[in-house]
Amino acid sequence: MPRIQVAKAFRRHVECPDLAVGGSTVHDALAEYFDAFPAVRSYVLDEHGAVRKHVAIFVGDDQITDRSHLSDEVTEDGIVYIFQALSGG
Amino acid sequence: MTSGTVNTALIGTRKGFFVYDLDADNPTVTSTHFLGSPVSAVLHDYRDDTWYAGLDHGHFGVKLHRSDDHGATWTELAYPAYPAAAESEVDSSTTKLIWTLVPGHPSQPAVLWCGTIPGGLFRSDDRGETWQLNQALWNEPSRAEWFGGGYDQPGLHSISIDPRSADSMTVGVSCGGSWYTDDGGASWTVSTGMRAAYMPDGRADDPRIQDPHRIVRCAAAPDVLWTQHHNGIFRSIDNGRTWSAIADVAPSAFGFAVAVHPSDPETAWFVPAESDEVRIPVEGAMVVNRTHDGGDTFETTSAGLPQQNAYHLIYRHGLDVDGTGQRLVLASTTGSLWHSNDGGNSFRHITSSLPPVLCVQHL
Repeated sequence: MPRIQVAKAFRRHVECPDLAVGGSTVHDALAEYFDAFPAVRSYVLDEHGAVRKHVAIFVGDDQITDRSHLSDEVTEDGIVYIFQALSGG
Repeated sequence: MTSGTVNTALIGTRKGFFVYDLDADNPTVTSTHFLGSPVSAVLHDYRDDTWYAGLDHGHFGVKLHRSDDHGATWTELAYPAYPAAAESEVDSSTTKLIWTLVPGHPSQPAVLWCGTIPGGLFRSDDRGETWQLNQALWNEPSRAEWFGGGYDQPGLHSISIDPRSADSMTVGVSCGGSWYTDDGGASWTVSTGMRAAYMPDGRADDPRIQDPHRIVRCAAAPDVLWTQHHNGIFRSIDNGRTWSAIADVAPSAFGFAVAVHPSDPETAWFVPAESDEVRIPVEGAMVVNRTHDGGDTFETTSAGLPQQNAYHLIYRHGLDVDGTGQRLVLASTTGSLWHSNDGGNSFRHITSSLPPVLCVQHL
């Protein structure tokens, strides 16, 4: 099963533990994750379902290319990483 | 502004929410919340003694939290979110900032209003649990000509409910002018009389591109509203329908913040900055301007404020007066906080160690 890992920076604000999920696309994998942890959704996606500007999602070592519809594929043993940009002061 | 029965200030900063007890001989922080996170709006809802905090997490978007126990615990609520774009629009809008949170009319105890960047007005009928975009103002055709003032997109920062009617209110948009409704937001009319010298001559009087930095209303004389505009100070005596410029304001008519006395419509306070191009106190001396006669004359208060090498700026929501009209709090982008117990005759310096201050409310 694909696994979702959320960066530590998110955990200051919302409970978001690692979780094994179903799905063969990032969209479906995240949908299952958000079913389990609904509060996380608005930290990762905007109100229209697109990845927030300063959030990055990787599948394995590769950043996803479809930030609007999350159609990138995820393999059975894939890991979906959710990071935030490093910026500010 | 609230009842004035306690002497407490809620302060939203770039790195947290701070609560100050201003009654103590040595005013102190009594609690801190959301440390490290930008707090773009704070609200004490006087009707049910509830606190709200609008957060700007940047990477993680805006968020809204409510506390029913003075900050001991917080509950995250839905934030005011934009609906998907109509087919005629290129992109869907997203909420960039919760800029102001306002209690609804006393006859509507569960209603809250929220102003946002990119310019939408939202209403909640359930104490912030859910929000609806006001479609009438959002679909106002001239919105396409609104533009950002200090931000990339327009922002709605002022919401002033008429205490005589839940259906009547005025809102302020930077840069989209001052708008009023008498039917609860079903339709809107733009106010006239403001002037924007920063525009081409032919557009300077266009009411739809004005930059009212902040609009406030006198609670006891609701036909009187005051605006600190990008172009100077304006006053309305007809419930926000028309505005008149106030001339000859020294040391400067530029600024962001304004507060009006809750029972005396002739009395209002401003914190002047040098100019649009130089947003610091004139000659490095910080002052508060106060009028007692509807803007015919101003007194300039310096007592208790730094008079040398002071480079503070007070944002739109960085000045507030309580329900007595005697206690004022103001706080700056360089993290200083001052308080007055005498209607602004003098100020007491509380701290210079806060993060940049975005908003204050005097309980």
